Amino acid sequence: MIEARDLTKRYGDKVAVDHLSFTVQPGRVTGFLGPNGAGKSTTMRLILGLDRPQEGSATINGKRYAQLGNPLRTVGALLEAKSVHTGRSAANHLLFLAQSQGLPKSRVGEVLDLVGLREVAGKRAGGFSLGMGQRLGIAAALLGDPEVLLLDEPVNGLDPEGVLWVRNLMKHLAGQGRTIFVSSHLMNEMAVTADHLIVIGRGKLIADSATQDVIARSSGESVRVRTPDADRLAPLITAEGGSVSPVTEGPDTGALLVTGLPAARIGELAASASVVLHELSPQLATLEEAFMELTAGSLEFGQHGPAAPAAAGSAAMPGRL
Amino acid sequence: MTTAPAAAPDTRAAVPPARKAGFGHLLISEWTKIRSVRSTVWTLILFVVIVIGLTVLITSLINGSWGTGPQSGSRDASVLADPVGVILGVGVGLGQLTIAVLGVMVITTEYSTGVIRASLLAVPRRVPMLAAKAVVFAILILILAEIVCFGSFFIGAAILHSHVSVSLSDPGVTRAVVGAGLYLTVLGLFALAVGGLLRHTAAGISTVIGIILVIPIIANFLPDNSVDDHIRAYLPAAAGSLISHVHQVSGDLLSPWQGFGVLCLYTAILLGAAAILLKRRDA
Repeated sequence: MIEARDLTKRYGDKVAVDHLSFTVQPGRVTGFLGPNGAGKSTTMRLILGLDRPQEGSATINGKRYAQLGNPLRTVGALLEAKSVHTGRSAANHLLFLAQSQGLPKSRVGEVLDLVGLREVAGKRAGGFSLGMGQRLGIAAALLGDPEVLLLDEPVNGLDPEGVLWVRNLMKHLAGQGRTIFVSSHLMNEMAVTADHLIVIGRGKLIADSATQDVIARSSGESVRVRTPDADRLAPLITAEGGSVSPVTEGPDTGALLVTGLPAARIGELAASASVVLHELSPQLATLEEAFMELTAGSLEFGQHGPAAPAAAGSAAMPGRL
Repeated sequence: MTTAPAAAPDTRAAVPPARKAGFGHLLISEWTKIRSVRSTVWTLILFVVIVIGLTVLITSLINGSWGTGPQSGSRDASVLADPVGVILGVGVGLGQLTIAVLGVMVITTEYSTGVIRASLLAVPRRVPMLAAKAVVFAILILILAEIVCFGSFFIGAAILHSHVSVSLSDPGVTRAVVGAGLYLTVLGLFALAVGGLLRHTAAGISTVIGIILVIPIIANFLPDNSVDDHIRAYLPAAAGSLISHVHQVSGDLLSPWQGFGVLCLYTAILLGAAAILLKRRDA
């Protein structure tokens, strides 16, 4: 379990992380979302003790990172920035990390097999592709068989096969009861990977809830309707208080997008007027749309001073007026 | 890129129960770091070639031109007066630069490549990592430098044998040869501390080279009074290298061991400062 309490980090005048509080529970994949510059990487660095917060604290299983003995056996981390010597082989990079924790040398081969880098173990890491570098970083994170994993943009630079592999790996590890905290700017990737989402913008917490809730909370739900009788159906819908807009581009050109009425009511209206329907499908807002909406609120908040953020979670503004 | 395992992999591998890794583990870890980078190997090869090569070159030139040429009289006399200085002086004088560069780089390349983040995640208390790095580096340089200095001495003495007789049993000679290795080792630690403070390879190397080579030149232009003599005597390289000289020169303010102590003191202060900043600064 990871707990951040009132975490604040300033670089000069710039506030990177602003009184951020959240808890990452074990046994599930927790996604950490935010636009570029929102403070995701900084938050992870604060949790890992690489940077020192001006205020607040972060603990892992109740201890600050620096208090952990053999920390790699408790926490595995993949940082966004490269942390491998370009002149050192993958195997030697993992070996010095293993030795520092009193881990057996055999563990190096195991994680190399796990990430599929066995054949290039003796090659210098400087020659690795972005994807191979990510795999080496994941191997380093898994070296000590940790209960807690922090992964900053783990699918960056991976091919589709690699993305799927990371997704399955994270789900598998969470299924073993581990704590998985993974940041990403790929919102749709998080929609299929994360069970829970922590969304931040400008260093502040915007949402902290189940992935499904974040999506459902978005107000952008609509129903797509296809009918050869659009001219007759549209007035019926507007009369009931819905609004209709024709889709004018993309593969759905010619369909109608209805908001403000549930799909069932649209179907009833069509039936009562004997309008033929070819399609009647509720459109769930994507996580991306939900995210844009959430972070738009945060930007507005940032510009206009203290006001409750639009879709804030329970602990959105700890300790502030 | 090999095929990724499609099935969920078994990561619950056989990791033995947590047993607190001690300083010994950190030493092994730092040894792996230092030996697994090519620049270490190449820099040390360069060091060996420079010290032994220059000794062979200088002593061979002296041997070949003994008693010939307009200046030979005074030159031969100075060789007779201080054969160890002739044998080791030039080689160690240039070789020290390779040790200083390596000392800076063992720590600054951690920053330039970003591996410092991995290092500090493994050792979040940070200072033990720096201590282990310094110990491993010092042991490596001490062993190599002593081998090279003794080797250089024996080779040089053998080449000069027909004109000058010098042996380890002569007064001060063993101390000077051992001292040359000690000086190189502590100078390397001095450079490592500077690298830890500056965290930047080019800045670190320039600073250390400046301290070794440039400041003594500037100091030579100071007017000759007692205060300036003291400044010159207490410069790190000048003080530290006294231990590699067989004879004290009249006017030396420090004895060989005092001079070495001064260099050790500077190094200890800089290492302490590097440790404090390492602990305090964001990585």
